[in-house]
Amino acid sequence: MSAFLSIRNLSAVLKGGPPLLRSVSLDVAAGEVRGLVGESGAGKSMIGKAVLGILPRAVEVVEGEIWLDGVDLLRLKPTERRRRIGATAALIPQDPMTALNPSRRIGPQITDRLVDILGWRRAAADARALELLEQVHIPDPARVMRAYPHELSGGMRQRVLIASAFAAEPKLIVADEPTTALDVTVQKQILRLIAQMQARHGTALLFVTHDLGVVSKICGTLSVLYAGKVVEDADVRDFFAAPAHPYSAALLAATPRYTDPKAGLNPVPASVIKAVDAEISAFDRGWRNG
Amino acid sequence: MLARRILTRLLTTLVTLLGVSIVVFVVIRVVPGNPIAMMLPPGATQADIDRLNALYGFDRSILAQYFIWLGGVVQGDFGTSIQTRQPVLDLVLRRLPATLELAIMALVIAVALGGFLALTGTRLRGTATEGAIDVGNGMALSIPDFLWGLVLILLFGVLWPVFDISGRVSPSLVPEFYTRFFLFESVLRLRFDLWLDLVRHMLMPALALAIPLAAIIGQLLKQSLKETMHLDYVTLARTKGYGENHVIVREALRNAVLPTLTLIGVQFTFLIGGTVIIERLFSYEGLGNMAIDAVINRDLPLIQGIVIVFALLFTVINLIVDLLYTVLNPRLRNA
Repeated sequence: MSAFLSIRNLSAVLKGGPPLLRSVSLDVAAGEVRGLVGESGAGKSMIGKAVLGILPRAVEVVEGEIWLDGVDLLRLKPTERRRRIGATAALIPQDPMTALNPSRRIGPQITDRLVDILGWRRAAADARALELLEQVHIPDPARVMRAYPHELSGGMRQRVLIASAFAAEPKLIVADEPTTALDVTVQKQILRLIAQMQARHGTALLFVTHDLGVVSKICGTLSVLYAGKVVEDADVRDFFAAPAHPYSAALLAATPRYTDPKAGLNPVPASVIKAVDAEISAFDRGWRNG
Repeated sequence: MLARRILTRLLTTLVTLLGVSIVVFVVIRVVPGNPIAMMLPPGATQADIDRLNALYGFDRSILAQYFIWLGGVVQGDFGTSIQTRQPVLDLVLRRLPATLELAIMALVIAVALGGFLALTGTRLRGTATEGAIDVGNGMALSIPDFLWGLVLILLFGVLWPVFDISGRVSPSLVPEFYTRFFLFESVLRLRFDLWLDLVRHMLMPALALAIPLAAIIGQLLKQSLKETMHLDYVTLARTKGYGENHVIVREALRNAVLPTLTLIGVQFTFLIGGTVIIERLFSYEGLGNMAIDAVINRDLPLIQGIVIVFALLFTVINLIVDLLYTVLNPRLRNA
């Protein structure tokens, strides 16, 4: 398997409830930036969570494989899986205001994985954290290391979280809507920063977002999700030139254009929704019978 | 900033104590029952009664009595006990360490037990064990401390007499101590023979006081731990490779402790109130036991002194909780 992350036929359900993921397959090669787009509830965050082993207790994986660096995570024992994920992957979370522990200083929250999971010496880990904070353009990183989260702005916190994600030099980073909770002006900077850091470290990136504009700026490939099913898997340039699936095309058309405000909003037409829903039902029937 | 806060609190405390003293002073003089009547044999003449009333100043107005008393307090004189004819301050200070040690022992047990229950319940959330902990907590909560006292006396004093259920220490050992803080002293002097005897006496009353508080702590801490476990920074820690135990203790616990801490402060004052009955039940020579005697004998100066000490204790506890809160919550530190 050449891809660094390879998800094969992953299906998950809400315990005793409806399917959340329907036989999802996608690959992220080393150094690749893949966008994962869809409406809210389409299951894009769920895929990121499955990869990082943080699915809610109520969600059950019913079949499939998640190959990370040549190992199927779903076949590992929980302890082993956790260690493996901690050592090879990282998360850039959605909301920087809640993703840092309010009662711990910034420094240890960046270095803890290095020291506890990867066995670095504390001094080396501290030096690494300082280096990373500089890379994400944080002024006076030594002071920030000693600060508590409430002393930093949202944008600063997201920079800290980005530094923390890259600190252990993971091969894969899952960014779960990392700009959604931020100010519009800060969004751009953070997006540019993530792209910069990704290029610098050559990390593979699974970028979960509902914003196709963001995908066009940062991703090389993308997977479009609808109701937990991948409806299109494409190269970003091809996709924006000519989306293959009607739902993708409608989604692309629905993206608001700031350059032409008079065009108004173009919601995904009901006929397209109907068609894609029929596709999902057909899939579910085949799934149950197979 | 911290010093200023403490100073403000001390000033508030002073006003509180003044208010408490006025209320108590008036109440115990208005309720029926006359201390002089308790002192004199039946058939005493009116002249005798008048003479004693004048001696203790009870013939004056309540206002005058209060200011005489307050004048003494300012100079460190809390009056003389009518019953024992000893200075109130001496009596109270001799008994205070016994009650403090009992209350602190109960608090330590309650925090340890409640913390253990909360951590176990969080670790095993959603399992039958958590359900059992909830049921146990509910039972412990719905039974008041004095009933626990009776249960413990019956179980470990009568049915299976492994503990001493009367007194603070074996009377023959009392001369061994230099201070009134028996338990602390025995630990500091490494006299574990004394320590063991003290624990044999104190464990049951302390447990009776601790069980309801442990249940409250267990319940509330588990609740806030479980809420904290869903927060983003806990999830982020999981992706770093940390397991359940680590995540509970290092990420969740400190933040979950804050609401519990406030509650412990309030509940600890209730626990000290509970010592009054528990000390009586276990014939424990503490302040609470003395308070009951003082009330029965209408020993007005002594009641007054004990109430002031209790009030002082409550405000000090609240102050400590406040300071701890500041230490644990970095957001309050420069506020």
